Amino acid sequence: MLLGLWLSKSLNQVRGVMVTGASCLLALSIWLTIYFIQERAAGNTAEMLLTYSTPWFKPLNIAYSVGVDGISVVMLLLSSIIVFTGTFASWQLKPLTKEYFLWFTLLSTGVFGFFISTDLFTMFMFYEVALIPMYLLIGVWGSGRKEYSAMKLTLMLMGGSALLILGLLGIYYFNGLYSGEYTFELTTIAANHVIPGHIQNIFFPFIFIGFGVLGALFPFHTWSPDGHASAPTAVSMLHAGVLMKLGGYGCFRVAMYLLPEAAQDLSWIFLILTTISVVYGALSACVQTDLKYINAYSSVSHCGLVLFALLMMSQTAVTGAVLQMLSHGLMTALFFALIGMIYGRTHTRDIRELAGLMKIMPFLAVGYVIAGLANLGLPGFSGFIAEMTIFVGSFGAHPMSGDPNASFRMVATIIACMSIVVTAVYILRVVGKILYGEVENKHFLELTDATWDERVAVICLIFCVAGLGSFPFWVSDIISPAAGTILESIGVM
Amino acid sequence: MNYSEFLKMIPEAFLVLALILVFIGDFCLNKSERKNAVLSKLAAALLVVVGVVTTSVTPESAFGGIYASSAAINVMKVILAFGTLIVMIMAQPWVEKTHRLAGEFYMLLISTLLGMFMMMSSGSFLLFFLGLETASVPLACMVAFDRHRKDSAEGAAKYILVATFSSGVMLFGISFIYAATGTLYFDDVANVVTGSPLCIMGLTFFFSGLGFKISLVPFHFWTADTYQGAPTPVTGYLSVISKGAAAITLCTILMKAFGPMVEYWNYLLYIVIVLSITLANLFAIRQSELKRFMAFSSISQAGYIMLAVVGNGQLGVAALTYYVLVYIVANMAVFTVINVVEHNNGGRTDMAAYNGFYQTNPKLSFLMTLALFSLAGIPPFAGMFSKFFVFMAGVQNGDPMAYIVVFIALVNTVVSLYYYLLIVKAMYITKTDTPLPTFKSDNGTKIALALCTAGIALFGVVSCVYEWIAAAGL
Repeated sequence: MLLGLWLSKSLNQVRGVMVTGASCLLALSIWLTIYFIQERAAGNTAEMLLTYSTPWFKPLNIAYSVGVDGISVVMLLLSSIIVFTGTFASWQLKPLTKEYFLWFTLLSTGVFGFFISTDLFTMFMFYEVALIPMYLLIGVWGSGRKEYSAMKLTLMLMGGSALLILGLLGIYYFNGLYSGEYTFELTTIAANHVIPGHIQNIFFPFIFIGFGVLGALFPFHTWSPDGHASAPTAVSMLHAGVLMKLGGYGCFRVAMYLLPEAAQDLSWIFLILTTISVVYGALSACVQTDLKYINAYSSVSHCGLVLFALLMMSQTAVTGAVLQMLSHGLMTALFFALIGMIYGRTHTRDIRELAGLMKIMPFLAVGYVIAGLANLGLPGFSGFIAEMTIFVGSFGAHPMSGDPNASFRMVATIIACMSIVVTAVYILRVVGKILYGEVENKHFLELTDATWDERVAVICLIFCVAGLGSFPFWVSDIISPAAGTILESIGVM
Repeated sequence: MNYSEFLKMIPEAFLVLALILVFIGDFCLNKSERKNAVLSKLAAALLVVVGVVTTSVTPESAFGGIYASSAAINVMKVILAFGTLIVMIMAQPWVEKTHRLAGEFYMLLISTLLGMFMMMSSGSFLLFFLGLETASVPLACMVAFDRHRKDSAEGAAKYILVATFSSGVMLFGISFIYAATGTLYFDDVANVVTGSPLCIMGLTFFFSGLGFKISLVPFHFWTADTYQGAPTPVTGYLSVISKGAAAITLCTILMKAFGPMVEYWNYLLYIVIVLSITLANLFAIRQSELKRFMAFSSISQAGYIMLAVVGNGQLGVAALTYYVLVYIVANMAVFTVINVVEHNNGGRTDMAAYNGFYQTNPKLSFLMTLALFSLAGIPPFAGMFSKFFVFMAGVQNGDPMAYIVVFIALVNTVVSLYYYLLIVKAMYITKTDTPLPTFKSDNGTKIALALCTAGIALFGVVSCVYEWIAAAGL
């Protein structure tokens, strides 16, 4: 299980190595998924599979320990798909190609490491490894107000991780104080379950907001539109597709798993915030004119939905949340890839200047329609499955069985549901505006359709989106038991 | 007098030996063309010997406890010798220019190191003060080493004036402590010291004296001017070695002699740490001169170093030592780059000189980026590990105030990331018509940078470095 580490081998070479590396990565994740399903089918019910642990900083009880459960398996699969397609999407990137891929690889190393770690310190380290390359990737290869966006993004995310450190230290010391066993090991801390409620209430907001910044939690989401808009294509893909999922994953795996009482006590505050992100993100997307901004706000809305579902704390909702991470990851990656390709040709992302692209570049245009339909939750694509599961799960989360919060949760769900309608509005508006109609700018008529490397990326992503939409059960069967185990330990099931 | 007692001070004895050898070497080679090359190699080799010897000796106390070394102190000595070695190597291009005075430079360097060793392993205020002065006076000479530059002399004047003043304040504090306890030995002081007003006064005055050496905030006014005026290698030396030695000394004295007064000096530390980190960060943002910038950065780093001492806990010494080690390699990498750029650029050290640096000198700017990331605490570089451990040490006693202080420090890491990234931005992103021309680095720079970069990359990920330090610290 050195998945995170071996990728670093491909550091100093260029395209060829990158493709080989990314393909190996993809193959390895697929193998991992299959292996995981077989193990589970064979009746192996351990919480974490493929665990490996070695002491790292002995005097401080830090270990390098890794392992996967159902949730991390699908996240790894998602990441490797995005890395693979991202490599193709940045095929024609010109200046300083080598450095670009170097930082890109470092970024993906961080992501993979994060998903497989089961030690708080190791996890945090990989989390930061994933953040910092963003600065250079956006700052050097980005477009528009890149310096400003890169700085804003980096500082906000590092601010989040500053909160995180404090939360982690709190967990470490108070778990040690009450259980007598000082450790950073996730599962051990969860099993001990000794931190008193009032102390959990202090540290929960630190960790939840710390990860929430990355998950674009309102009001800490402002880095996301600027960052996405300025980033180069593949980085937008990876960032919206995978990095924002780190936030959701961390909230669930660390904040809620380790501080369960606080998660229940304080969930109402964060439910309100996430509901705001969902609706606010969707509404903001309606009034934007830059394609990337539209998509970035749409991401805020969808990632808000992930956190929203996690906080509902029912098995169905959490499964839906993970499905949503997957589906949103794939869709957004597809979107950003297409936008990048369109921008590379027309040199504008302003929807007022684009029209009639269907005639000029039919392949990209069809891809865009498919992405749009998946995004607004058309049955048959992944978005539908995920959102359906979330809303069913959260609406029925706590029936009338004496839970005082039930009606509150219902209201929140209804409000969040409205975002679907708004999503349809902005998606259809964009699709109608840029793809159909008369070509205004005669210069555009000379532009060409997608090249082969771009087609590889797009087809691969569409295939995944449709596949997940048509056959969701094999994925949700992986996720659901893992979610169940964690929720059981939280004590709501 | 029993002269065999001297044999117990082996690291110091070897340093004196090194000093004499360099002196003889300088004397013999006075007319030779190869004086520089030979002397630098001789001095470097001698430092390596000192380092190796120090790792192998068992710490002992001598002269009835006035000299009291410990395993942790010996580890720190090795680290400082290693740091001085880097300074010596990176100073090459600059020493070439001041050809005739090479010998003096190495002698001064070694004698300040000797002073620091004595200061660190002192068991009484007397030897401590002696060591402190031995370390300070040659440093002032080194700051003034560029005799043709006015600001070099100005920096030295500021340094020596503030140093004298703070020594006076410290002596005043020590005399209070002597008055209150009747002894100068740390162990005896610890037995009788109480929270009486006299002791608190003594502690505060004493603290401010060392606070000057570490350049903590209310005592930091000399820092920016001296750092800017001093020759770049000396600035590097001031910012890491001198600071590290003073920090470990303050740490041991606070823990040893003032252990019973922990609740008093904890508050002192909280205030000083918060002030140092916050104010220095705010000042650093506005600097456009790289050496001044590094001065403020080093003040805020000093705040982080002192965070390890908070709470008087067992993790403290190890975390502090490790932090200093990591800080040495990262900061020296930055100063090495500044130094070599300065020498290929007609003495310019302002930030604008680095615009477009990546286009012309990709390797140097890449190494500089790694060092800056390490200073900012970005993994997988060593800086992140050392910061994390310091924070761990800071909150280990579960004091709510400590959590707040650590939180403020954490927020400040974000601010510091901002200004470190400004340099990265200048090197990678900012376009300019007149970037620095491509130049080849000399061997000294190459070796120093290789050592530093290896440290930055490995000291974090390879955990045995920390374990080595921690094993000695307990």
